[in-house]
Amino acid sequence: MRRGIAATALVASLALAATACGGDSGDKASGGPVTITWWDTSDATNEAPTYKKLIAKFEAANKDIKVKYQNVPFAEAEQKYKTAAQAGNAPDVLRADVGWTAGLAENQYLAPLDNTPATKEIDSFNKGLVDGAKVDGKLYGVPQVTDALALLYNKEIFAKAGVQPPKTWAELSAAAKTIKKKTGVDGIYLNPDSYFALPFLYGEGGMMVDTDNKKITINDAAAKKGVQTVVDMIKDGTAVKPDYTDGYNNMQAAFKDGKVAMVINGPWSTADDLTGKAFKNKANLGVASVPSGSAGKAGTPTGGHNLVVYNGSDAAHKDAAQKFVAFMTSAASQEFAATETGVLPTRDDAYTVKVVADPIRAAFKDVLADSTARPAVSGVSDMFAEWTKQYIEILKGNTTVEKGLDTTADKWKSTVKSLKDYSVE
Amino acid sequence: MKTATADPATAGRPPRAGLLTRMKRSYDRHWYAWAMVLPVVLVIGVLIAYPLGRGVYLSFTDANELNVAKQLGATEIPATYQFVGFDNYWRVLSGADGEFYPKLAWTVVWTVSCVFFHYTIGLGLALLLNRKLKGRSLYRVLLILPWAVPAFVATYIWRMMYNSESGIFNALLGQLGFAPVDWLGDTFMQKVAVIGVNVWLGVPFMMVAVLGGLQSISSEQYEAAEMDGANAWQRFRHVTLPGLRPVSATVILLGTIWTFNMFPIIYLMLGEANALHSEILVTYAYRLAFGSVRDYAGAATYGILILSMLLVFAVFYRRMLNRQEAAR
Repeated sequence: MRRGIAATALVASLALAATACGGDSGDKASGGPVTITWWDTSDATNEAPTYKKLIAKFEAANKDIKVKYQNVPFAEAEQKYKTAAQAGNAPDVLRADVGWTAGLAENQYLAPLDNTPATKEIDSFNKGLVDGAKVDGKLYGVPQVTDALALLYNKEIFAKAGVQPPKTWAELSAAAKTIKKKTGVDGIYLNPDSYFALPFLYGEGGMMVDTDNKKITINDAAAKKGVQTVVDMIKDGTAVKPDYTDGYNNMQAAFKDGKVAMVINGPWSTADDLTGKAFKNKANLGVASVPSGSAGKAGTPTGGHNLVVYNGSDAAHKDAAQKFVAFMTSAASQEFAATETGVLPTRDDAYTVKVVADPIRAAFKDVLADSTARPAVSGVSDMFAEWTKQYIEILKGNTTVEKGLDTTADKWKSTVKSLKDYSVE
Repeated sequence: MKTATADPATAGRPPRAGLLTRMKRSYDRHWYAWAMVLPVVLVIGVLIAYPLGRGVYLSFTDANELNVAKQLGATEIPATYQFVGFDNYWRVLSGADGEFYPKLAWTVVWTVSCVFFHYTIGLGLALLLNRKLKGRSLYRVLLILPWAVPAFVATYIWRMMYNSESGIFNALLGQLGFAPVDWLGDTFMQKVAVIGVNVWLGVPFMMVAVLGGLQSISSEQYEAAEMDGANAWQRFRHVTLPGLRPVSATVILLGTIWTFNMFPIIYLMLGEANALHSEILVTYAYRLAFGSVRDYAGAATYGILILSMLLVFAVFYRRMLNRQEAAR
């Protein structure tokens, strides 16, 4: 009896092991529906339900295609995708950050989308965003959402302190002091991440790299001045001393609880903000362009996500994936996503009356109008990763602004392949 | 670990037969035993020897994400990386990459301090639990609990407790009227914090192991010592510690190897950007392979260096113990 059980268990476990190693992409039975997998990197609580609704609509319209939805945390998705793509089992569609697209294409993981069903309406899209998804003239992604950093503020606290949305960083410092004095609330919480330092850089007329002259400019005088502004703000109490491990989450928590009057963040965060007790009344959330620096201009980085198709999928899956991408980026879908979650469409015909009726989105649309595209080089996400390490060192006071940015420039030159032949200041 | 030293017990015997003869004799006599271990040897070969060999090979190349072989569905892209000999090792060991020596120093500090606290606290708790007291089994269960918590779960819980603004530690300090501490921001405090969590996680294992060792020391030895008028400290020093020697030697060796490569705590506790000066070798090697630019060759080089260092350590440690044993 015993032995019988053991043998059964052995056989059962072997059978399980054998079935567990099956491929993850849907099997294509002849005439049966094709199952494609989509890795979505959006916010699992606030955005994912909307995309699931869209998938249901898509499946209803395309009876022969099934979409397997997987939500992958944004922070891990790029590395996860690289691992899967190299081994040949990546998802058919990925929601890739605009900064990942070039690098993934360079690795030959992405299928070019020119002249496919995915891009038949590409002319309706914002040209800058489409150009950002191109590598060597080929299009590898279709822009799904776009974003830019803005100054988000708590109107109630502003009214109490009697201040207006600041136009320059100097004004912001003054406003923060007034707010602290009159209401006891902290002025601003700055996320210690290099992407969030870009408005300070742009405000001084700085940039990360100068692609025209093949120069790394992250350590030029303008950039140093921009980062110095952040350091001074933390030093003089204008900005809260941030938490360096959970900076983003702490920033959101403080803003949502009304413990801080301003943050610099993008449209993706507004759905989260509105769940906080400080914004029970939706109208309390103010959106303004980021302040300008001493160069007298304000600058904010263009971000967002593209939908990309895996190069290793077979023809049937690629075909289904392209249809899916076309559907997800259609004007109707983008309008739906925008009204449900607050993300910003990437095509002009999706900015319908319904979309701009919302004051937050309307405000962001204006912010986007003069946002700065990221440098068109591959490996942008690597550049941010290196820079963030040094940026945190600078903010902690472990190194000077000078040294931190010089180190960043050297690291970029030595580790980012596309910057090998760039000169350093 | 068999070492190639002449072991004193065999000195003075006639020289042994040649290797081939010995193998043949052993095969004739024990062929069935060889047949029995063959499947295990094969499995270990597949699971350990192949990846290890591959790692060694990669460390002599310039493999990265752009030039390795890729399997994209039906299309296969062949590898285009080059053999570069000892270049990687030279770059790391000459200090040209600027990362190896500072990280090695911190890794050694991390390992020594963690193992020291693991062992001493584990020993202390084991001594407490080794006497008759009420509710002993309850204490034992409570003390083993941290061991039952998966490392990454524990790490996230601790990370919340360490949070500079909403963490419980700073709330307590605030209650007591102290200024908040930036546990996971300041480099020194980061190191204190990760060592604290690792000690919390690792003590139960040491405690259980040492408790087993304590229970195997016969009470007659203690009685004899007492008859000779030894006080408590002398009994501990001359009966308990020598009696624990075999257990201690093993757990300290294991603990050292584990701690040297303790990945999840440092990696998950400090995140990606904030651990510039608090990464140990193994987390840095991981970051090379799966960080921003995937440098497989560099990561393999670090992996092989870590392995070599631990091997050398293990060999010397065993030798030192054997020598001590022989001297007794």
